[in-house]
Amino acid sequence: MFDFASVTGWIDHFLRSYLPGGLSFFIECVLIGVVILVAYALIALVMILAERKVCAAFQCRLGPNRVGPWGLCQTVADMVKILTKEIMSINHVDRFLYNLAPFVVIIASVLTFSCIPFAKGLQVLDFNVGVFFMMAVSSIGIVGILLAGWSSNNKFSMIGAMRSGAQMISYELSIGLSLLTVVVLSGTMQMSEIVEAQNDLWFIFKGHIPAFVAFVVYLVAGTAETNRGPFDLPEAESELTAGYHTEYSGMHFGFYYVAEFVNAFIVAALAATLFLGGWMPLHIPGWDGFNAVMDYIPSVLWFFGKTALLIFVLMWFKWTFPRLRIDQLLALEWRYLLPLNLCNLLIMVVVVACGWHF
Amino acid sequence: MENGSIASTLVFFFLAAVMVVSSILAVTTKKILRAATYLLFVLFATAGLYFYLNYSFLGAVQMTVYAGGIIVLYVFSIFLTSTDEEKNQPIRSHRRWLGFIAAAAGTLLCVYLFQASPWGEVYYRAPEELPMKAIGNALMSADKFGYILPFEALSILLLACIIGGILIARKRQ
Repeated sequence: MFDFASVTGWIDHFLRSYLPGGLSFFIECVLIGVVILVAYALIALVMILAERKVCAAFQCRLGPNRVGPWGLCQTVADMVKILTKEIMSINHVDRFLYNLAPFVVIIASVLTFSCIPFAKGLQVLDFNVGVFFMMAVSSIGIVGILLAGWSSNNKFSMIGAMRSGAQMISYELSIGLSLLTVVVLSGTMQMSEIVEAQNDLWFIFKGHIPAFVAFVVYLVAGTAETNRGPFDLPEAESELTAGYHTEYSGMHFGFYYVAEFVNAFIVAALAATLFLGGWMPLHIPGWDGFNAVMDYIPSVLWFFGKTALLIFVLMWFKWTFPRLRIDQLLALEWRYLLPLNLCNLLIMVVVVACGWHF
Repeated sequence: MENGSIASTLVFFFLAAVMVVSSILAVTTKKILRAATYLLFVLFATAGLYFYLNYSFLGAVQMTVYAGGIIVLYVFSIFLTSTDEEKNQPIRSHRRWLGFIAAAAGTLLCVYLFQASPWGEVYYRAPEELPMKAIGNALMSADKFGYILPFEALSILLLACIIGGILIARKRQ
């Protein structure tokens, strides 16, 4: 299987043979930053187009079909339009916090994004506390949303931000506990090792019942964490116009919009990595011929295939279920998901301790 | 980054500058939410310092507990308590002198400790990340360098806090 570490190693070797160590290190940092931001923007474009097409399919429409073949260039055109829009300044707001808030949200999202292993050897941040680090940096986004709601000086934005804050803090618990279930099974928090540990069998099969329960809980909590439907109360347009980003215009609004879509991608990618093996092909112990055939499919395709499938499931949720009320939303987390998750974690510990997994 | 290289020195001084400037801004600003935001910057830079020292676990804890937890708690309490009149008033205290004396004493203590203690030998940049298993074993062991007693004492403290919170928040019959 093709290892991307050979490409990055070649670039590193090439730079170091011509430049001193410190300078080549600096250039590598800048290169990685540029690549991450470009990948972030491209994934956002694809996600927005996919959302519109899937939404159209669920509502028996065609969706965007004018710009380019099958409307494929629609989001590129939208991007150019939003980049040229004026950023309005509104009166009686704390301008510093108002302008800072979108950047806090997008920085949290980009940091989380850079922890994902996209293919064999293609990962930027690989700490040995990887899963924990992802949880930590993704929680910064809440501060940005709260600041946005407050500094907009608008009571609907404020209500949207408070709802969003309450929702994200609550559902973070469920996400953390379901990730912890996987960590118990794998025995490590490092992303690359978690993927390697699924070489013989993916965790959702290896950990059977508790892993499957954790997977379902993770998908529900991840949908809520990214404020997507049916949990999109913070921007319930019938009650709150657009929630915490009502007052934002131009690219400042674009940051929230892009971060929201990429966060959905991150949730799906993390689910694919932790439960479905990430870039690891489907290996079944004992079936050596089958495993060898599966290895011919490139690791990038495995990763993006699984992620795309999960993204489709998230969109399916969004366009199928009606929106919950805020009290139902919080009751779902605190009364059902959290106790279920705690019991599930205990079951997983017993399963691992007794060696009852595959 | 190698120890002592120009890049690593630059990173250190950048983080230190962010911490110093944000700390000063946090106590001199007149708006309370801005003070909380500057405090967030200080905590970020501290987390950055931990990552710089290769203590990634400590850095992640700093981010999740302080930046993700405490600051959100502060922001929520500011939302729920402060009103429009308070927003533009400078934050005053009648016991300014006491605060000044406490700050001066704290500075003197820090300077004395820096002079007297072998910090350079105790705190150094780890050559590589600490393994998670070592941290876990240290937290849960009852040996000489084990932290099981403080760990359990903290969990009882947190349990007491949760029960207290529920008691205050529950509806009276």
